[in-house]
Amino acid sequence: MFLYSIKRTLLMIPILLGITLLSFSIMHLAPGGPAEAQMEFSAKASAEARERLRKLYGADQPVHKQYLTWLTKFVTLDFGDAFADGRKVKDKILERLPITLAINLLSLGLVLLIALPIGIMSATHQYSVLDRFTTIFVFVGYSMPSFWLALLLIYLLGVQWGVLPISGIQSLDVTGLTAWGRLMDKAEHLIMPVFVSAFGGLAGFSRYMRNNMLEVMRQDYVRTARAKGLSENVVIYKHALRNALMPVITILGLSLPGIIGGSVIMETVFGIPGMGQLLYQAVFSRDYNLAMGILVPAAVLTMLGNFLADIGYALADPRVRLR
Amino acid sequence: MSNSTTLSAQQTYYHLKRNWLAFGGGLLVLSVFLVAIFAPLIAPYDPSQIDIKNILVGPSSQHPFGTDELGRDVLSRMIWGSRVSLQVGFVAIGIATLIGILLGAISGFYGGYIDSAIMRAVDIMLSIPTIFLILAIIAILEPSIINIMVVIGLTSWMEPARLVRAEFISIKEREFVTAAHALGASDSRIIFKHILPNGLSPILVSATMGIGGAVLVESALSFLGLGVQPPTPSWGSLLSSGKDNIEIAWWLSAFPGLAILITVLGYNLLGEGIRDALDPRQRE
Repeated sequence: MFLYSIKRTLLMIPILLGITLLSFSIMHLAPGGPAEAQMEFSAKASAEARERLRKLYGADQPVHKQYLTWLTKFVTLDFGDAFADGRKVKDKILERLPITLAINLLSLGLVLLIALPIGIMSATHQYSVLDRFTTIFVFVGYSMPSFWLALLLIYLLGVQWGVLPISGIQSLDVTGLTAWGRLMDKAEHLIMPVFVSAFGGLAGFSRYMRNNMLEVMRQDYVRTARAKGLSENVVIYKHALRNALMPVITILGLSLPGIIGGSVIMETVFGIPGMGQLLYQAVFSRDYNLAMGILVPAAVLTMLGNFLADIGYALADPRVRLR
Repeated sequence: MSNSTTLSAQQTYYHLKRNWLAFGGGLLVLSVFLVAIFAPLIAPYDPSQIDIKNILVGPSSQHPFGTDELGRDVLSRMIWGSRVSLQVGFVAIGIATLIGILLGAISGFYGGYIDSAIMRAVDIMLSIPTIFLILAIIAILEPSIINIMVVIGLTSWMEPARLVRAEFISIKEREFVTAAHALGASDSRIIFKHILPNGLSPILVSATMGIGGAVLVESALSFLGLGVQPPTPSWGSLLSSGKDNIEIAWWLSAFPGLAILITVLGYNLLGEGIRDALDPRQRE
């Protein structure tokens, strides 16, 4: 296990370098590089001021030196200042991170809570009405544009029936409410965003769980368990389920980028002040410092998520470690 | 015994039903194609014809899907929008599949350091949330239909690459490949003439479903205002004005989204059908 962890950790180094190198190259796709781009914000900048900015960004240095300087800054979590308001990118991200994390974790929990039982049920009752219904649901779930689902819900629940708020994370009159009232207010605002970001995952996970279950139920040890007269419940929930659950850990890691990526659209539709909305604003105002300050940490977090998933899988399944 | 025959009858029914779904998928794909090709003939109005007197009018006999905030006919804009979706879907996935085949083939055929290097590149790409990467690149390049195609293509080659690599690893050990080596065939001949044609079926499935995925990404980008730019009609940008007018004009949101859903569903069902047809072993 120790050896496996070491090997897996070392594997992250080239990936980490690759992520930063790729992001750095993207930034330099812009004509003149990031320094020139910031100057667009102050069109009247004199030639002298331009030269000063260029020095500040190290744009007078050769490219590999620029990369190294940029990388050292990133390692110390110094992502520079946002172009638009000159505030530190790190501060801007930190104040928006909690709400994005909260929504993503809630929706991930919701996905597991609903998708796993559905997957298990459709495997144990293969070809039943439920199984067929989930098959169709899976296809629709895969094909549904999340922002359309969001619009439909906003129209039905928010506009037509008026049961849920359609945007933001709290009501305007929130200060007048009790602590409990405030919590309920927040919950009301989060129902639709959490459901919308969970929807795509529901299809994928229930399908995956079903196929895992079917695979495991064909194994010899399940037949053995049945043959020695164990009850169907024990066979399914004790022998089959435990083994079918293990690969879910890996898929959980692999689905991270999709879930994080989905927050751009979800937060924009519902007007939630999170990381996704921040990236959207950064892209619209061509604020490279801010965009890279979000892109690189998101990629690193995804990589760490995958790392943890692999380690978790190895802990659960000794065969993985020996490979 | 009787139990097993009823099961197989049930299974047959299930497979028939699946094929029926695949057939339906193909039909959806074909009809969207026809709509895109014959857009100038079917569209009842000029998609960019502004009509100030009929702004945000609900569905009626004149405008079956209503009009938008400039009085333009939503149905006509949707019909023309199908062209954008299909162009982006096909070109982007064409790029992704070409890159994937090339890298996957090299990786699987040669193995060793080349293989590790390419697979690390795949890992890097898979670590970055795709939509974030696309947005960051679009922030730097201008949003335009060409850029969108290229960027989606450059960020979706990882799955085809992995699939091709797996095919190559298993096929390169077969006798006919050894025979080709013995006959003195060059590496590129073995890769493209001997192995690749035998390993194409998973690519076909992933490309078909990939088109659906690319249509989704394009519409999401256009919805965010970072995709196809106005006045070119696209389903995503129609939905974007649907969002702005959600409280007064439901038709602006409802119909274009349905078009996206139907198109993507078509490609997914068709892909699943191709998988079934090419490789019966993968049937569940």
